[in-house]
Amino acid sequence: MTTAVAISLVVNGEHVEANVLPRLNLADFLREHLELTGTHVGCEHGVCGACTVRLNGDIVRSCLLLAVQTHNATVETIEGVSDSGEIADLQSAFRERNALQCGFCTPGMLMAAQDLLKQSPCPGREQIREHLSGNYCRCTGYQAIVDAIEITARARAGRLP
Amino acid sequence: MTSAQEKSETLSALDRPNSYIGKTVPRPNLDRLMQGRGLYVSDMELPRMAHVVFLRSPHAHAKINGIDTSVAKQMPGVIAVVSGSELSTVITPWVGVLSHLKGLKSAPQSAIAVDRVCWQGEAVAAVVASSRAQAEDAAELVLVDYEELDAVTDMRTALDPTTALIHASLGDNLAFERNHDAGAVDQAFAESDEVVEAEFVFGRHTGVTLEPRAVVADWNAAEARLTIYQGTQAPHMVQNIAALHLGLKESQVRVVCKDVGGSFGIKVHIYADEMATYALSKLLRRPVKFVADRVESFNTDIHARDHRCKGKIGVKRDGTITAFEIDDLTGIGPYSMYPRTSAIEANQVVNLVGGPYVTRNYRARARVVFQNKNVMCQYRAVGHPIACSVTEGLVDLAAMKIGMDPIEIRRRNLIADDAYPCASPSGLRFEQLSHHAALAKLVKMMDYDALRAEQAALRAKNIHRGIGIASFIEVTNPSAAFYGVGGAKISSQDGVAVRLDAQGSVICQTSITEQGQGSESLTAQIVGSVLGVSMDRVRVILGDTDNTPYGGGTWASRGAGIGGEAALQATKVLRKNILDVAAAVLQSTPGELDIVNNGVVNAIDGTPRIDLSELARIVYFRPDTLPPGIQAEFMATRHFVPREYPFAFTNGVQASWLEVDTDTGFVKLLKHWVVEDCGTIINPQLVDEQIRGGVVQGLGAALFEKCVYDERGQLTNANMADYLVPMSGEMPDIDVGHVVSPTLETELGAKGAGEAGTAGAAAAVTNAVNDALRPLGTIITEIPLTPQVILTALGRI
Repeated sequence: MTTAVAISLVVNGEHVEANVLPRLNLADFLREHLELTGTHVGCEHGVCGACTVRLNGDIVRSCLLLAVQTHNATVETIEGVSDSGEIADLQSAFRERNALQCGFCTPGMLMAAQDLLKQSPCPGREQIREHLSGNYCRCTGYQAIVDAIEITARARAGRLP
Repeated sequence: MTSAQEKSETLSALDRPNSYIGKTVPRPNLDRLMQGRGLYVSDMELPRMAHVVFLRSPHAHAKINGIDTSVAKQMPGVIAVVSGSELSTVITPWVGVLSHLKGLKSAPQSAIAVDRVCWQGEAVAAVVASSRAQAEDAAELVLVDYEELDAVTDMRTALDPTTALIHASLGDNLAFERNHDAGAVDQAFAESDEVVEAEFVFGRHTGVTLEPRAVVADWNAAEARLTIYQGTQAPHMVQNIAALHLGLKESQVRVVCKDVGGSFGIKVHIYADEMATYALSKLLRRPVKFVADRVESFNTDIHARDHRCKGKIGVKRDGTITAFEIDDLTGIGPYSMYPRTSAIEANQVVNLVGGPYVTRNYRARARVVFQNKNVMCQYRAVGHPIACSVTEGLVDLAAMKIGMDPIEIRRRNLIADDAYPCASPSGLRFEQLSHHAALAKLVKMMDYDALRAEQAALRAKNIHRGIGIASFIEVTNPSAAFYGVGGAKISSQDGVAVRLDAQGSVICQTSITEQGQGSESLTAQIVGSVLGVSMDRVRVILGDTDNTPYGGGTWASRGAGIGGEAALQATKVLRKNILDVAAAVLQSTPGELDIVNNGVVNAIDGTPRIDLSELARIVYFRPDTLPPGIQAEFMATRHFVPREYPFAFTNGVQASWLEVDTDTGFVKLLKHWVVEDCGTIINPQLVDEQIRGGVVQGLGAALFEKCVYDERGQLTNANMADYLVPMSGEMPDIDVGHVVSPTLETELGAKGAGEAGTAGAAAAVTNAVNDALRPLGTIITEIPLTPQVILTALGRI
């Protein structure tokens, strides 16, 4: 467990080569090795959702994956989906609706929300709440987040609220 | 005086054309947080920074016979392994008492335990290494020889003579007791038609901030200065305490608070491990970072509530409430927390019970006892949920007893809206509350009668839905009466410095802090409104003791009311200073001029005269062109602290609509309503979101959250899989309405809103559950209302 392993992956469109200890989890790899600190660590046991990132297109808890498991994979973080403009409308809706307070859950929340909107273009409120039920927010009480996602879904579907 | 002068003086600053006050505007600088480009303390790295991991006691109470660090010190990357006695050469212990809480006692507490540990989770050694992983590896190899002692865990027996003493020097396990007796309570009960009693039980729970507590302490030996980067609500308090116990002057300590991942009162205290981190940096002469992991958070972040409160209410057949009586018992862990103490919550319970109601007869006893459990202290809505649940629970029980509707009994007993100013039986002074207006609005918002009809129809189908109502009062805008009078060096005053820069933009430094409430936004809204500039020109600086005025910070629902008023007053001075110079430049008089949309205009018709950017250019770069004797002062500072009222009380009422599954014991929240009165509303959206977030924290306490200790003082659910918090799937939509009664103590008129939601949510839910179960003849007065509690009460298990 003490010998570093060479991994090669694509993070936010950039090729990354690294030597990592097998015990290093993906969240720590992103935060400490790549200094992508937008992926947050809230519980380190897969419950809070703050560390949600995309791995080969699917959202995962980066605290529950080892960095070595991402060899040859594609990882996208909040920094990547922000810079690409992929979630600009969702971020705008979060701003307008004040769907974040301290902001610590927000990167994970946005990753989870975008995942839902890709799967289901017009989710109802119950469906939105269900999809976010693995992302903990202590500040907002969730309603503003649900509103922002609902607004974004309608706008994307061409049905402005 | 010209007519223009008259106009500008009679027109309130808040009524100006480009006012942001009262408007929903998005908070500035959210993109940083939404793009993952914030800077939380847990993100910080400094050159030569080391990481500390604390080895923590597995026992609730034990003697430390010895610590062997020799193997750990040989581990890769280890810089130091430090025991409590070694660290005590750098930092002094403290005692968490305040003089205004008469009789409060506690024992000296050290940054790291010396000789004895008093709760499971107390630090016994610090392991400092180049990385956190290396420190954790080495911590496993520190050998501690413990001799387990009897643990005091049940607060009901903590005062028994046969129970072990936690601190022999204190003589008993009683930290604090307060007794209060007002009016003629015995006579009132004797004259009542009905007297109802109940015992209310509140689980211990905690704040669960999503970002755990985090601190980077950086002692620069060459500067003889300590910089503390910490997610804190009160930077100047941290500065004072760190300096005091490290033997430094305050000027040698700078506290910087960047983005904070949730606080809710968890981060308004100073914890032993944070003190240890400051001391380790000084000892090791390098930056040291401590970030609690989630298990440590559950074991060491302050817990709250944990009360058992016996309550009694007298009522006449016409609904008149004759008296309240309570006997409250709470357990606070082995030490009173520092520097705010752990007696405040019980003290608040005594203050607040019965607060919304007319009756003058009130007797209370509160006792605060030590336990070998984690420390307990102030968390969002300190004492309010206890007082509100007891009061509103008793009111509902009284109503049930005499067969009166819960709304009606409140209508008959809430203090009349025109009865102010007045005082509560516990001596609280109310400037202006609006219980009846709030209740009327709530009844309308929720369509109470229709809901009752729906409830009755569903009951026929064996569906058990309930409506719960809870009126409440909330302490906001605390003056020095809260902490300062007891000797705590915690400022109740806040300050704001505001200046016009050379391009006509505004920089505002405020001593209140931001943890997501919107402090930055409300400050910019006030400054922009009063000055007449657009909000995007206002930059707000917070959270840095080197770069803001001295002040209290953001806690106890004080940021908007106190910091906001300081911002208003400072900006008024700046505005005057700008108009004085503008008048000289324009050969006019200040009274003939106004500032609108970033420029000086004629007050009378709005004709543009000179842009602020141009005026600033002249002042900063061509002052030689100003008339003789003119010295521009484009910076102004003002402070504010409430002096007339110790607290600006707010009020409100909440309602819960829910369904109880009597087979599974699950509660489904269907809807929640709040009407509250926080005075002047600066940003309606931010107020509503404070209310909603606060409600959901109260709902967590009502249904899910409890730190479960076993009889040996072991916390058995210290992780997020076993300690349940509200998640989106279980939470209802929450409708928020307002009544506006501005405080006249300030020009702004704002009171606090941050804790109102938490104050009354659990009471509304408990009352709704009891309303739902009424046909089954079951009353439950314990939270959290878990399926186990409900099924037990129903006799199903």
